[in-house]
Amino acid sequence: MSDNDTSQEIIICRDVHKWFDNFHVLKGIHLNVKKGEVIVIFGPSGSGKSTFIRCINRLEEHQKGQIIVDGLELGNDIRNIEKIRQEVGMVFQQFNLFPHLTVIQNIMLAPLWVRRTPKQLSRDQAMQLLRRVGIPEQAEKYPAQLSGGQQQRVAIARALAMQPKIMLFDEPTSALDPEMIKEVLDVMIELAKSGMTIVAVTHEMGFARAVANRMIFFDKGEIIEQGTPKQIFENPQSDRTKLFLSQILRH
Amino acid sequence: MAAIEMQPPRLTVGPFAWLRKNLFSTWYNVLLTFLALGLLYALLRPAIQWSLTEARWGVIPANLTLFMVGQYPREQLWRVWLSIYLLGALLGLSWGIWKDAARGFALIALGAGLAFALIGLLLNSNVWMHWLLAVALLLGCYALGRILTARIGSIMILAWLLYFPLVILLIAGSRFIPFFSPVPANAWGGLLLTLMITIIGNVTSLPLGILLALGRRSKLPIVRYFSIGYIELIRGVPLVSVLFMAYLLVPLFLPSDVPQPDTVIRAIIGFILFEAAYQAENVRGGLQAVPRGQYEAAQALGLSGPLTLSLIILPQALRAVIPAIFNSFISLFKDTSLVAIIGLFDILRIGRSVLAQSDWLGTHREVFLFAFVIYWVFNLAFTYGSRRMEEALGVGTR
Repeated sequence: MSDNDTSQEIIICRDVHKWFDNFHVLKGIHLNVKKGEVIVIFGPSGSGKSTFIRCINRLEEHQKGQIIVDGLELGNDIRNIEKIRQEVGMVFQQFNLFPHLTVIQNIMLAPLWVRRTPKQLSRDQAMQLLRRVGIPEQAEKYPAQLSGGQQQRVAIARALAMQPKIMLFDEPTSALDPEMIKEVLDVMIELAKSGMTIVAVTHEMGFARAVANRMIFFDKGEIIEQGTPKQIFENPQSDRTKLFLSQILRH
Repeated sequence: MAAIEMQPPRLTVGPFAWLRKNLFSTWYNVLLTFLALGLLYALLRPAIQWSLTEARWGVIPANLTLFMVGQYPREQLWRVWLSIYLLGALLGLSWGIWKDAARGFALIALGAGLAFALIGLLLNSNVWMHWLLAVALLLGCYALGRILTARIGSIMILAWLLYFPLVILLIAGSRFIPFFSPVPANAWGGLLLTLMITIIGNVTSLPLGILLALGRRSKLPIVRYFSIGYIELIRGVPLVSVLFMAYLLVPLFLPSDVPQPDTVIRAIIGFILFEAAYQAENVRGGLQAVPRGQYEAAQALGLSGPLTLSLIILPQALRAVIPAIFNSFISLFKDTSLVAIIGLFDILRIGRSVLAQSDWLGTHREVFLFAFVIYWVFNLAFTYGSRRMEEALGVGTR
């Protein structure tokens, strides 16, 4: 949270480039994230913002530059990648819950098999997380029996079960019906206030205003502008930022 | 705010309602119903008349043991019964523990066991005691399974996986095990042979098929091309030719100082090789049905490749293609009748040898109808059990 402490950078990205065939998606991204910081990335679709956060846990490979997460560099070493993924939770736009497992099994799976947590302990922790996201009564149901908002809250609990140091959110509310967005955002806000390091791709400006330390505007594979929510909303520097903000805030 | 509680409209049920709705709803439906009944009667009358008057059904009970086990040594038949007892016990336990998923198969086995016991009683044969014992074991283990509950679910899967090799060992015997003297595979015959080939073939070819399907999607070119080559080669030739190849070529792959495997073993190898290619394609269909997001979610949690595959991808992929997999099981069951061409005595071929007995000349219809009914009843039972299982396992999938 402290703005001038540079020793605690948990994500370091230097000159990150990525191509899909000949299409240059990321054009030299520099971004450092400090422990406990809440970062909101926004920008038009196709700007590379989702691709960028998927590079942080290597669901996408970057082809040039450096990404260091929690002191480990992402490269071709699969053990490094798996170690980093255990410390980085991710929440997807489409939830991606495991449909053949119950809610509680979804949450217990990774602690049980990756962390080797004893069964009873991981069950207790899973129930605790379900209470934290407000749906302990759904523990024994299957994902398909839940509403979208409930599914996304389970997905958050599933990511938190690994006790990650960083949480990545990839448009977590974009697939939700409007009345369910708030229940997910409430959980995210609570998480942000608890001191979790968060990188979120989202257009929920209310969330950004409430908890973001920094907002980053992406366009055409580049960071166009960044600043505190106050700076971005009240005094955007770039014309592209102004145009984009006017488009999404008009309603 | 209280809404008026309403009963759902009363549904008409029962056989009479069904008859009225489907057969006698209008005057022309009544006419059609009677026309169809008349036609059926005209067509079936000779057949029914034949089966009640002319047919010499005595050929079946007289040769029943032959139909069931072929030349299997009569003094060793208790080993077949032991396998059946074990099956009853396992089915009962599974029913008690897994409830719905195993209920279909258990009920079928229960019904079959009672029916066989009744047939045994009618034929004055002592097999009814064996069948009643198997049924009793099934019911007893069901009660036991209900007490043990799901806690030993994973042990049950292991028990099933062990059951099939164990049965092979029981039936085939070995000179290293006391009381289980080896019975050469060539003495297996009749329904026993048919079922042994079906069970060993299916149980072995499914894991092989899964490996081939995974190989086909592998990033390693050698593995991928081998899998594609194998699958396309096998799918491009008829089963009969694969059986001949297995019969003629298996000895070539073994060193000369090893005893040559029995024809039955060669046939089983042929079936496994053949069926694996088809199961691989079934499984591949299932793998393609698992969305990309499932891989990503598993990876994002830090699951390794093998864990992702075994905990997330395969359970969903296999569940998606249970009907196709069971369909292949049934195909293999029916295809076992082809082993006659390499000289084995499956139930159909036994039928032909029975016809050569001087007492039963000219009983073709009776014998082949019997074989026909055996195949059909087994498939019907299997289809019923597997459909129940599909429904139970479908819980939670979209």
